[in-house]
Amino acid sequence: MKILVALKRVADPANHNKVKIPAAGDKIDTAGLEWQINPFDLYALETALRLTEDGKAPKTRLGEVVAVTLGPAETETNLRSALATGADRAIRVDTTDDALDGRLVAAALQKLVEEEKPDLVLMGKQVVDGENNYVGQALAELLDWPMATFAATIKEEAGGLLVGREVDGGVSTLRVKFPAVVTVDLRIVAPDSVRSSKTAEGFKYPYEEVRFAPLPAIMQAKKKPLAVKKLADLVGGATLSSKYVKFEAPPARKAGVKVKDVQELVQKLATEAKAI
Amino acid sequence: MKLDEHYELFRASCLRFAREKIAPFVEEWEEAELFPRELYLEAAAAGVLAAAYPEEYGGGGGDMLHGLIGVEALLTGGSSGVVAGLGSLGIALPPILALGSEEQKQRFIAPVLRGEKVAALAITEPGTGSDVAGIATRAVRDGTDYVLNGSKMFITSGARADLVSVLARTGPDKHGGLTFFVVEKGMPGFSVSRALKKTGWRASDTAELGFDGVRVPEANRIGDEGSGFVALMKNFQHERLALAFYGHATAAIALEDALAYARARSAFGRPLVGFQVTRHKLARMATEVEAARTLNYSCALRVRDGDYLVKEVSMAKNFSAEVAQRVCYEAVQIFGGMGFMRETRVERLSRDARLLPIGGGTTEIMNEIIAKGLGL
Repeated sequence: MKILVALKRVADPANHNKVKIPAAGDKIDTAGLEWQINPFDLYALETALRLTEDGKAPKTRLGEVVAVTLGPAETETNLRSALATGADRAIRVDTTDDALDGRLVAAALQKLVEEEKPDLVLMGKQVVDGENNYVGQALAELLDWPMATFAATIKEEAGGLLVGREVDGGVSTLRVKFPAVVTVDLRIVAPDSVRSSKTAEGFKYPYEEVRFAPLPAIMQAKKKPLAVKKLADLVGGATLSSKYVKFEAPPARKAGVKVKDVQELVQKLATEAKAI
Repeated sequence: MKLDEHYELFRASCLRFAREKIAPFVEEWEEAELFPRELYLEAAAAGVLAAAYPEEYGGGGGDMLHGLIGVEALLTGGSSGVVAGLGSLGIALPPILALGSEEQKQRFIAPVLRGEKVAALAITEPGTGSDVAGIATRAVRDGTDYVLNGSKMFITSGARADLVSVLARTGPDKHGGLTFFVVEKGMPGFSVSRALKKTGWRASDTAELGFDGVRVPEANRIGDEGSGFVALMKNFQHERLALAFYGHATAAIALEDALAYARARSAFGRPLVGFQVTRHKLARMATEVEAARTLNYSCALRVRDGDYLVKEVSMAKNFSAEVAQRVCYEAVQIFGGMGFMRETRVERLSRDARLLPIGGGTTEIMNEIIAKGLGL
């Protein structure tokens, strides 16, 4: 199976307080930010790796995982990180963050998919910065491919995937035929959430997270192929279809209070917060 | 200082480990004066425990700079004790790696790198510290065994170590009569005399160990008789460089906390950073952290490339330890009363930093080494 994983870098959520908005409010000041891959996209990478291996140690690769991002040269560090984690090769589409919107990203991915011809495109259900929840669905529409969003479990079967999605009141299960677009939720990294066609019956991963890259894999990452493409070559002259008008920081949160027991909590919720 | 990308990717991996697997539990482990043994297995699985060791024994195949970057990054978890406990293999294994046979490396090193066994180094004794010529623990040959008698003090990971690299006297020569042995848990006569309670580094176990007629088979002697001292001197290079990294890393965290607090805390109607005295204090702290970090990395890169830098490493260790003292002191000052409370991280950092001018050779011993290097 060949899987294309779309990754977006975001300001490190652990250092979100470093995000600054200048007084003019016309942009986000990204100077000095630490970047990392959107956590949901990392879950997609972990999913792709699990779908292309048997889970045994040492793992046998059963397919190819191509990591893709759109961004300036420094995003290659994020791609190297994905390669160290286990992706087989990477593609960077050279552009800048402010030259993109969800529609352009989906259009660029569409062209890449037509070139690469993967069986499956995986990405996070949303990005933790803009939280638009847009690109996966838009890409499926542009490609006219089946899609499953918010995947919590994935089981490979003949010619497609069985995808479990957590919805209000239960689990909805979708059967999608290849080729398909799937966006993943955080539960996809649970020990037994993903089963490739070769995963042994009853096998569970001994961790519930995105795997750590061991040093030998980090050292090998620089030898893996990383191609660079120009955005204009993929989307032609297409320009932004949506534009940010103004940025405002959320109001600073007020300090909380400590309550001594449940009674006081309930009383405060009723009289002060008026939440109940 | 721009390092190769693989160092930065490895750093990112260690920072993630510190953030997810250490930081959330530090308060609990510090109070318990121990961290769970499973952390060794988790660190091994994540590839942060043994990055600097050869792949044939299960290590990551990196170099000593990966090891130092690992220390620096793991310290962001907020506990020197955890890093020292996880890292005790970093001082226990090098003598085995340098002098041991292939069989010994597979038997002793591999399970430690897998996180299954805990290793400790035992040099210091109740009666002797940096003056290793005074080592009184004796190993006397008896058939194919050696019989070990003596005691060892301040042993990091000593209470739960499965194997201990013990430096013992096998001959009368001051330096040439010292030999390393691996003493294993369960050998009759080997005991933990007591777990020690410390000012800082609380989450690490530190013990006094007793050896009462312990029969150690010849197969556990590391290298030839009398080969211990030279191996120890090389070991000191790495230990002192690692402690230098503890210094700037500890100071950097204290600075980060002090900056955040000085921005958030107000006095007399303005934030603390509104006072020139505070701004200048922070400027000075940041300068010192930068100077220590730069000196340490410069030494580390040279040692990685093969230089044997006794004088410069001693300088780095001293300077960095002093910077950690000063920066942690000032950070506590900026926090005021809160800096004296156990619930703030600078309180712990200031206690943890106090070990740095002592461990691995005191500032005074380092100064003697530096003076000797100056031809004095």
